[in-house]
Amino acid sequence: MQKLSPFNITALTLGFAFLYIPILLLVIFSFNESKLVTVWGGFSTKWYASLMQDKAFLNAAWTTFRIALVSATIATVLGTMAAMALVRLGKFRGRTLFSGMIYAPLVMPEVITGLSLLLLFVAMNVTRGFWTITLAHITFSMCYVSVVVSSRLHSFDVSLEEAAIDLGCNTIQAFFKVTLPIILPAVISAWLLSVTLSLDDLVIASFTSGPGATTLPMEIYSSVRLGVSPQINALSSLLVGLVGGGVILASIISRRQISKEQH
Amino acid sequence: MSHNVFAPWDDPNAVPLVEIRGLLKRFGDFVALDHIDLNVYPREFFALLGPSGCGKTTIMRMLAGFETPTAGTVKLEGQDLAEIPPYSRNVNMMFQSYALFPHISVADNIAFGLKQDKRPKDEIAARVEEMLSLVQLGKFAHRKPHQLSGGQRQRVALARALAKKPPLLLLDEPLGALDKKLRQETQFELMDIQEKLGLTFMIVTHDQEEAMTVASRIAVMNEGKIVQVATPNTIYEHPNSVYVAGFLGEVNLIAGKAHRLDDHHTELHWAEGEPPLRIDHPLEGTDGVDATLALRPEKVSISHEEPQAGLCRVQGTINDIAYTGNLSIYFVKLSNGVIIKAQEANSRRLEHRNYTWEDTVWLSWRPTAGSLLLQ
Ligand SMILES: Nc1ncnc2c1ncn2[C@@H]1O[C@H](COP(=O)(O)OP(=O)(O)OP(=O)(O)O)[C@@H](O)[C@H]1O
Ligand SMILES: [Mg+2]
Repeated sequence: MQKLSPFNITALTLGFAFLYIPILLLVIFSFNESKLVTVWGGFSTKWYASLMQDKAFLNAAWTTFRIALVSATIATVLGTMAAMALVRLGKFRGRTLFSGMIYAPLVMPEVITGLSLLLLFVAMNVTRGFWTITLAHITFSMCYVSVVVSSRLHSFDVSLEEAAIDLGCNTIQAFFKVTLPIILPAVISAWLLSVTLSLDDLVIASFTSGPGATTLPMEIYSSVRLGVSPQINALSSLLVGLVGGGVILASIISRRQISKEQH
Repeated sequence: MSHNVFAPWDDPNAVPLVEIRGLLKRFGDFVALDHIDLNVYPREFFALLGPSGCGKTTIMRMLAGFETPTAGTVKLEGQDLAEIPPYSRNVNMMFQSYALFPHISVADNIAFGLKQDKRPKDEIAARVEEMLSLVQLGKFAHRKPHQLSGGQRQRVALARALAKKPPLLLLDEPLGALDKKLRQETQFELMDIQEKLGLTFMIVTHDQEEAMTVASRIAVMNEGKIVQVATPNTIYEHPNSVYVAGFLGEVNLIAGKAHRLDDHHTELHWAEGEPPLRIDHPLEGTDGVDATLALRPEKVSISHEEPQAGLCRVQGTINDIAYTGNLSIYFVKLSNGVIIKAQEANSRRLEHRNYTWEDTVWLSWRPTAGSLLLQ
């Protein structure tokens, strides 16, 4: 390993400070006793307690979690199927187009995705709310899922599947008995990634939501416009914890998978 | 041939287990298998031998059902395989990469095919037990594949492929990754298992010695074609072409023109001013045809004195000597520049050796020792 020079250490510290000091401040001030956001008045968890009494917050939280779980689950199923097709079907007409299109939503500005979905929903005349947000989240999560799962499938030895078929499985049984259990860590981390993506999405959710369906990021954003309250700090800290936890868990799972493969 | 010798291929009434007729396989423009005709009989240990890329694996994958023929038919037990999907064929394959399922234990790997067939629980347990003891892995039943050594994994793969006792077991370079000692042990283990269970094995190998050791018959392939199918002994002693002769073991080749002596004897005129070489075999081509005499180095004797009458002989000078421990190989240059290898067992110590560089020596062999090849 290369030795860290003083310059490198400084750069690293500044970089991390730049990234994480705002978040750290947010979390610290969420435990602030004082009502004034910028003045420390002692440690307290009262803002978390008051959050639990807040009807609007509880509603938003419930909606957000339902959207996250439903969209991540559906996106994982669809994304895994897409990855299987792209990796396994070999060369079919339009394969390059398909695999290119899978990546497109990853780089597409969220405003564009949100706006185009909004136009679609308006044109189709569907009532916007829980399901439209869920659908929108499925569309972008699915891309992440298929990227994660197809990179796992590229290193998957096809002869394992052939061995299963040789021993009497049809293609579907071979997938569920051999392929899926082996790629499961990748699928789970893709699911966790989808959950966190859905949890912290503001832009697309704002475009595609309707009356009565407000997610946590939307709730935070709209109340911040009325002024930052310690309660919002608490809410944001919760969200940071959830998203951070999801990402860390996903990376631990895929790290484990890699070290297992290297055996 | 007496009736207790195993040679169903000589019996016109024998029913083949595998019948391949006019099998053609193209990948795009590339012809991987070129009109293959082949019979494999029950209880055979059949070896496919040939250089890399000649189509051995493709034949196996065709039998297992992972490739479909471009033309021709493949029959197993009289049934056309085209109608049977790979998962319901009476064939199991042991993959070159072993393809063990990493997420389940050794015992579960072995039980996989049996569970898939929904056999009763106690039967599965008994069979797994039997297979584990057959490959001597009883202690490792609950390990995961990644906790095993290469040789142990290979035996798990064998046990898994064997567990269903398929009428036909395909082994694609099953011993490729093993060291020489373990490879030889496993070869004998394989032959033992095959005999005990009365199954038919088809093995792919790069290793000619391995093919000679285990096989009842060998098919030598080249560029998608089968060049010769015969017993190891026949392939070695009577190759049908220069290609086969050169592919298996060391061989001396003397080219010349073949003339008919009588109904049972042929003469090879190989150099101006040298007496012709007699071959105790009828000439199969026209008189004066171009031919090559193939002669194994161990059939050639070396001497200072003129050999006794009745032996084929040539004279030359020793060009080089190779010493391999148990053998000495003399490279003798003939009058026309051809170099002939003569192999002698080192029954005496090196310092007692009779021959040295630049010695003029006689080489001799029996008229039945060589094969005359017309291609
Ligand atoms: N799916 C495929 N697409 C195109 N060409 C193929 C395919 N599979 C095999 N081939 C070609 O067919 C030929 C025969 O391949 P095969 O795997 O049967 O060789 P092999 O005799 O088993 O060689 P080796 O001893 O190296 O394993 C090779 O030239 C290979 O490149
Ligand atoms: Mg091969």
